[in-house]
Amino acid sequence: MNYIWGAMMLISIISSIITGRVDETVNAVFEGAHSSVDTLISLAGAMCFWTGIMKIAERSGISYIFSRLISPITRYLFPGSSSEARRYITMNMTANLLGMGNAATPMGMLAAEALDKENKKPDIPSANLSMLVVINTTAFQLIPTTIIALRASAGSVDVVSVIVPIWLTSLFSLAAGIAAVKIMNRSL
Amino acid sequence: MKYITPGILFIIIGLPMLWKKPVYSDFIAGAKEGIFLLKDIFPPLAAIITASAMLRSSGALDIALGVISPITDKIGIPGEVMPLVLIRPLSGSGALGVLSDILKSSGADSYAGRLASVICGSTETTFYCLAIYFAKTRVKNIRRAIPCAVIADIVCVITAVFALRVLGI
Repeated sequence: MNYIWGAMMLISIISSIITGRVDETVNAVFEGAHSSVDTLISLAGAMCFWTGIMKIAERSGISYIFSRLISPITRYLFPGSSSEARRYITMNMTANLLGMGNAATPMGMLAAEALDKENKKPDIPSANLSMLVVINTTAFQLIPTTIIALRASAGSVDVVSVIVPIWLTSLFSLAAGIAAVKIMNRSL
Repeated sequence: MKYITPGILFIIIGLPMLWKKPVYSDFIAGAKEGIFLLKDIFPPLAAIITASAMLRSSGALDIALGVISPITDKIGIPGEVMPLVLIRPLSGSGALGVLSDILKSSGADSYAGRLASVICGSTETTFYCLAIYFAKTRVKNIRRAIPCAVIADIVCVITAVFALRVLGI
């Protein structure tokens, strides 16, 4: 992340000089910083709401029952993880699948925290942590509501034609991501 | 679809009430944890959002487009979709903005419009995810996770082209 973020900043500054857009780029610093506060505030309510709801599910045992149901999948993807971590992972994956991104993010962070406790080399991500992040970056979703809404508002006559290709594409990239994590952590 | 969220809320709150669990105080305890998550999210959020705003307005993405467009043309990705491919891993709101531009200028049912919709719908904001999910861990060097996430993104774009072709849409 050090190199990526550093490179993003340096490349922006260099190319702003090449393209003569220094003023716009300096403005982007302040606009970007400003919009990160907006993003945080727009997340805040939903985040607290969903961690609240999930706490009810956890203390009542609902999330335990549910994570037992899909534990064959989570056990394969996250070998050696604790049942606490798998509970959060289950909730995170379910929320992603149902398109509840606001609920998925806090659950994913709690899952990451739980997996971090089991990480024997805490400086670098364990296979399970990488798996969690890769599953979240592909975010397989049953009904891509935002895309459908955008297409409808742009006057599409065939709004839902993209759903099957989206499923196929998500599945392939998810499979590629899972395979990459499994292979990379075997060879290292 | 619109019944999913209310349905889930009904079950998660209803069943524990039936079992005489303290749903309200559990909710408050959980919401309190949410505040701590926010505290951890904000620094990486500010770093990534600012850097991707700078990348966009500095013209760096346009330069990158010029370099890779000969290759992507051959794969069958129209030039107007390429800005979306580059912005998608960096900024979620930025990608939605680019997508709605493409849908308006090329038409939602054109090949470019469909391809853009599929790409946008089948991947997440990769670098934002990487930054946020590692925020609560002790990990200092996330290098192993990055290639995996980027491989998934590249496969996503290529599969999107083939999926549309195979399904004949």
